[in-house]
Amino acid sequence: MSTLILIDSGTKAAAELATHAAKLGSEVIGVVVDKTTDLSRLNIASAINLNGVEPWNVAAIAEGLSQLVIEKSANAVLITSSLRGKEVAGRLAVLCNSGIITDAIEIESGASTTQSIFGGSTLVIGSVNTPCAVITMRGNSIEPNYGSGPGNTSDFSPNLSEKSKLVTQTSTEAAKKGSRPELIEAPIVISGGRGTDGDFTLVEELADTLGGAVGASRAAVDAGWVAHNLQVGQTGKTVSPQLYVALGISGAIQHLAGMQTAKVIVAVNKDPEAPIFNFADFGVVGDIKQVIPQAIAAIKSKKQG
Amino acid sequence: MKIAVCVKQVPDSWAVKKMSGQVLDRAGVDAVLNDLDEYAIEEALRIVEANSPTKEAGEGSGHTITLISMGPDRASEALRKGLSMGADDAILITDPALAGADALTTSLVLSKAIAGAGFDIVLCGAESTDARMSVVPSMLAQRLGIAQLTCAAKVAVAGNKVSIARSIESGIENQEAAFPVILGVVEKINEPRYPSFKGIMAAKKKPITNKSLSELGLSADQVKPWSAVTNVTVLPPRSSGTKIEDSGDAGNKLADFLAEKKLI
Repeated sequence: MSTLILIDSGTKAAAELATHAAKLGSEVIGVVVDKTTDLSRLNIASAINLNGVEPWNVAAIAEGLSQLVIEKSANAVLITSSLRGKEVAGRLAVLCNSGIITDAIEIESGASTTQSIFGGSTLVIGSVNTPCAVITMRGNSIEPNYGSGPGNTSDFSPNLSEKSKLVTQTSTEAAKKGSRPELIEAPIVISGGRGTDGDFTLVEELADTLGGAVGASRAAVDAGWVAHNLQVGQTGKTVSPQLYVALGISGAIQHLAGMQTAKVIVAVNKDPEAPIFNFADFGVVGDIKQVIPQAIAAIKSKKQG
Repeated sequence: MKIAVCVKQVPDSWAVKKMSGQVLDRAGVDAVLNDLDEYAIEEALRIVEANSPTKEAGEGSGHTITLISMGPDRASEALRKGLSMGADDAILITDPALAGADALTTSLVLSKAIAGAGFDIVLCGAESTDARMSVVPSMLAQRLGIAQLTCAAKVAVAGNKVSIARSIESGIENQEAAFPVILGVVEKINEPRYPSFKGIMAAKKKPITNKSLSELGLSADQVKPWSAVTNVTVLPPRSSGTKIEDSGDAGNKLADFLAEKKLI
């Protein structure tokens, strides 16, 4: 028996999967699609390079994994819950006739999983009814344990069908990386909403003062004030930082779904009735143009003091 | 072109959701057309408009848009909305055995309705706002053995070739494939139109064909659940903490709070 983890999203994501997979008690095998990943600190028994498979080709990755599921008698395949990861998982579940669970935050022996739904308000424990489980694990759901790398690394060239070659990738454009931390990984997130009236200067200044990432509500994104990739909420990103500061965000259910599991929530809003205040650990009814510059100055002086 | 759009009726995504036992409580909440599917319908209309001499979807364009959905009888209301936006007809697969169906079953059933019908493009939204797995489009591509172009933020159709800008976490991947394709779109791709009065009236006369499992060549034991929920725990609601009115020093108090929580 073995548990396969798909290595396609960098070293940290792979380390998280390995840490989850260790709980199943079987030998953990890393299936490497992204060959630039540093395997040397991963806590895995062995690594298999999936040869002849382009890292973007979800059809080919799924075919390769499905062949390894049989060859390695896998009881579970763990995949990072990225957009691509979930697509690979969907295809793999069809190929292996395996039950599938997405966005799990925890896994235990017997491949029993925990999912956090409705913006973190409800936990669902479940498992698949098939010998092999295909499970996507949400990023940042576990503190990764590192190890000394795979005991051995081998190569595997899957038999790829013509059906896996129907799509051509012509070019790529890497996402622009700013100087601020990535929204999903950031321990501090400062978000702006409709109440900013389109001016994100104070949101950005507070983020830079606290070393945090910038996020936004759907209203701010729909208004075209900030890029779509900053959207926090049901149809945007789900964040779970130590501190979430909501500036001029009313706190619609769709937004709460993306940030409710933050450790500490701070909200500043002109409207005393804004629903965000029902969730905030510290709420200020006031104008962000008055409150935030003063807060930034006070934070800076505390940092120096 | 023959286009299909897979759509789902879901509990209103703006309503408070809760579990009823081990499944989503659907009874107490308004059922609506999944908002993310509206982007797929809109994109189907735009593809037709860009490739039609009359610049309009519907009769005379030489193209057809068929909505396909699996759900209870009342899902026909969601289909009417899609028809009022401009789709031509709809197929609704209804069967008691499909209650609580998961993604593997949904994709199996949809694939049977799609296979052999000669669709050039099968459009899907990014996810359903209830189950939120976003795996059905890739499962459909796998089951049908056709090209998968998903997470599209831009689409161009020329002849029988579809090109997309695929928008994922790492950036943009430009991909292309020939008909037939599964085409998944994300919400930033367009702004779905509101149905016009004319569209709403026309939709009342558009056909919705009902199909059962057996009419798709499937039996109840082929749509058994693939996974099971063993426990549902509702966490205590988050309570509010301190709330102050700004009387000139709220910024300082905010900084004090952050310092107290060791967040500075």
